[in-house]
Amino acid sequence: MSRPSDHFDSPDPAAERRLKAGGTGPGDGSGGPDGPGGSDDIVQPKLGFVGWLRWTWRQLTSMRTALFLLLLLALAAVPGSLVPQRAADPNGVTQYFADNPSLAPFLDKLQAFDVYTSAWFSSIYLLLFISLIGCVVPRAKHHFDALRAKPPRTPARLSRLAGFERREAPDGIGAVAAIESARKLLRKSGYRVVVFTAPGKNGAGETASVSAERGYARETGNLVFHAALVGILLTVGVGGGYGFSGQRVLVAGGGVFVNTLSAFDSFNPGRFFSEDSLAPYSMKLDQFTATYETKADGAFGQPIDYNAMVTTQERGQAPQTADIKVNSPLRIGGTDVYLLGNGYAPTITVKDPNGKVVFTDSVPFLPQDANLTSVGVVKVPDGLSEQLGMIGFFYPTQATSTTGAFYSTYPDADYPVLTLNVYDGDLGLNGGVPTSVYSLNTDKMKQLTGGSTGVASIQLKPGDSQALPNGLGTISFDTVHRYASLDIHHDPTQGWVLLFAASALLGLLISLFIPRRRVWVKATERADGTLSLEYAGLARGEDPRLLPAVADIAERHSKLLTGATPPETNA
Amino acid sequence: MTLDEYSIFFLYAAMAVYAFAFIAFALDLARRSAQVSAGNTVAVDGSVTTAPTVRESVAAGSGASSAVLNASSATLVAERPAGGSVDGSAKSGKNGANVANGAVAADGSVTRRSLSLRLGVSFTVIGFLLELTADVLRGIAANRVPWANMYEFSMTGTVLIVAVFLVVITRVDLRFLGTFITGLVLILLGISTVNYYVVIAPLPPALQSAWLVIHVFVASLGTAFFALGFALSGIQLLQYRRETLTLGAEFLKLKFLASLPDSTRLENLAYRVNIVGFVFWTFTLIAGAVWAERAWGRYWGWDTKEVWTFIIWVIYAGYIHARATRGWRGSRSAWLAIIGFGAVLFNFGVVNVFFHGLHSYSGL
Ligand code: HEM
Repeated sequence: MSRPSDHFDSPDPAAERRLKAGGTGPGDGSGGPDGPGGSDDIVQPKLGFVGWLRWTWRQLTSMRTALFLLLLLALAAVPGSLVPQRAADPNGVTQYFADNPSLAPFLDKLQAFDVYTSAWFSSIYLLLFISLIGCVVPRAKHHFDALRAKPPRTPARLSRLAGFERREAPDGIGAVAAIESARKLLRKSGYRVVVFTAPGKNGAGETASVSAERGYARETGNLVFHAALVGILLTVGVGGGYGFSGQRVLVAGGGVFVNTLSAFDSFNPGRFFSEDSLAPYSMKLDQFTATYETKADGAFGQPIDYNAMVTTQERGQAPQTADIKVNSPLRIGGTDVYLLGNGYAPTITVKDPNGKVVFTDSVPFLPQDANLTSVGVVKVPDGLSEQLGMIGFFYPTQATSTTGAFYSTYPDADYPVLTLNVYDGDLGLNGGVPTSVYSLNTDKMKQLTGGSTGVASIQLKPGDSQALPNGLGTISFDTVHRYASLDIHHDPTQGWVLLFAASALLGLLISLFIPRRRVWVKATERADGTLSLEYAGLARGEDPRLLPAVADIAERHSKLLTGATPPETNA
Repeated sequence: MTLDEYSIFFLYAAMAVYAFAFIAFALDLARRSAQVSAGNTVAVDGSVTTAPTVRESVAAGSGASSAVLNASSATLVAERPAGGSVDGSAKSGKNGANVANGAVAADGSVTRRSLSLRLGVSFTVIGFLLELTADVLRGIAANRVPWANMYEFSMTGTVLIVAVFLVVITRVDLRFLGTFITGLVLILLGISTVNYYVVIAPLPPALQSAWLVIHVFVASLGTAFFALGFALSGIQLLQYRRETLTLGAEFLKLKFLASLPDSTRLENLAYRVNIVGFVFWTFTLIAGAVWAERAWGRYWGWDTKEVWTFIIWVIYAGYIHARATRGWRGSRSAWLAIIGFGAVLFNFGVVNVFFHGLHSYSGL
């Protein structure tokens, strides 16, 4: 067996040494902790460089190392669930920095916000996979040889083996004939067989035996499983670099998305991504519907369905309509388009004191709670005497609490209200620093309404308009649209990953549930002409059904010999 | 009363019956301890053979010798007789029928089966049927599978734990785990009815998928097997301590251990149960990734729930490896199975409720 030397099935070197030294017999190899770890590194007087390398390799590919690395991997994965991760939850990380200003930078040095790409996590799984390859390759070679080898010789004394049973053959059957029928029986039950015959000793008749082995698939399954894990790692590691993911917000009835780099709100390319791989297509959101629970008392307002109805057009083809839902992405132009979020985009128009429109747009607001109280930012850089910034709150179904604060009681736009706090001053757009459309830097601005200014916030219903403070102009809330936030992904490897994962599962099933066992049947002709039959088996790995299997073979063989038809069972 | 109220009614009824089952199973363990103290032989199936006048002849004389595990010879008996008694349950079952209500063997020994054990199983079956009814009613009331929030997972999960237990004991006599199983189920149901109950709500769009049916169900099934494996590994550790104590040493107060299979046998049983759980868990992991791809646009994103599912998977892979690593069989691997189940409980009870992530479907 080309198993790692500390596999429990491998010969125990410590025990062998003890045996050679004339000590007590070997342990049963199955229980009890043995001596202090490392019983298998035979102490050698001098290790040359090559010897040292070989020793290191042996350690790395041992079962003990694999086990240690597996447990270490489990442990190393824990911190990533305790601290927000940049890849999964970037806002959470920002929040964490704000909440723990002294701890966060320290954790950041330890790569605690990027655990799964960190140097330490990566080194653990890379070592594990090196160990895995170093373990699997020799085993695969050995297994390939074993597949073509014959089952081993029948042991001299079967009575020491599992399920041993002795029976008398009916009169008139010779050893060779009896074994031939056993051979056929075992063969039919899926065993690989080889027959041995020997002339009897001391004038007794012939001895014949059949040695049978089955369950090579167990090892095959194990190798497939481990190889598939390597396959998954490689496809994810290398193939993942060819993909990309990007985000885009589309307002219903608003702008058209064309699948080019500049059309994404944000874009994360893989390492090997090239822009040419973007297939040209366009997409626009015709309508977005959200359905909410209106009856059940405890679940009032819970979303039941979101549906983004889009019109798409691929190059040289007629426009087509499609629905995108949660759990039902749209596959188009080599990309998958997912509906990940939605919200309200109030249409806001700002005019200068002369009534000239200086700003008009549907501005996506970010939902803050289950009833879609939403926050958004309006920036008016040009056309007024001052740059203007506004922080707006949108309440789809507005209500007033006892303290006078506004809130939303239902996520649908039943009684929409928009409030805005106005700032003037420098929007900071010309500093060259990229700014988010969802945030307003008020450092160099002066608040004109709301808060401590003593001036009431602007408060609008759809169709309303109101004068801006300081005679800056007017603002109107024309209407409100829904928007959908779409994730657009391309991952050329996920089919492969699925294939490897499925092979891993299949290999696992085979390797855990197909028993590998040896069975022997031996026929010995006695001096008086009677024939004694012996049956025994040996488990190779876990095999809880070995004893019934041997008994079943014995039973069916006896029936065969006495001429009764054997029952069709599979041992 | 609404269907959901009927469901709750059946659930409370099931809990009451499980409590009776728990008491009956506990009485059986107490009875085993008492009988062992009195010097009688208690088999795995709880039947007691009182010592005849000539003690030595017990094992040889009683026909059911294979079913009787003599405490002191436990380690030596190891695989063969134990394997025979439990796997060939049909055989020992027949023996059991012969000695049903106390049979007197030739040597004067008397074998008596445990009434409390049979009561325990009967109560468990009744409790199971009641809880299953509660679960099905909840599903009908909600017009979907009853495993879409914490309250419903707890109910379906415990139904599955009991179902797996009841199925397994028809093949291998693990009825001695009854106290553990009914106790665990009672605790889980108690916590969930008090803390997790939510009124029936429609499925949020993220959960409207066939994968909810498959992924969550298989995860619960895996958990049920892990629970059994956990119990077996725990008892294995106790049993091992008892076996390795020098002869004559009093071990804790758990005398009933003498009537249970030896630690090697327990270890093998735990392994067989745990690998079934592991296969289901592997499937859960893959199915979860497929679903995540459809719902969130990526098959793996190290979301907290994904992380913990992965951790559990790796711990159990470690456990399977440990079983194949010299020096790690026996108690050390058992500890890994126990840690693994600890992680399963943590994933369910703590990660779902307190950790922030995309899987915020606890309904709380
Ligand atoms: C990513 C890391 C690994 C994982 C997740 C893993 C997982 C598993 C699982 C689930 C099994 C049981 C199913 C089967 O037999 O196919 C197994 C068995 C086995 N693994 Fe691994 N393994 C990993 C790495 C390794 C390494 C590095 C080695 C070699 C040092 C190794 C050697 C073995 C051996 C010899 C068995 C057979 C155990 C037996 O005889 O029962 N594995 N592994």
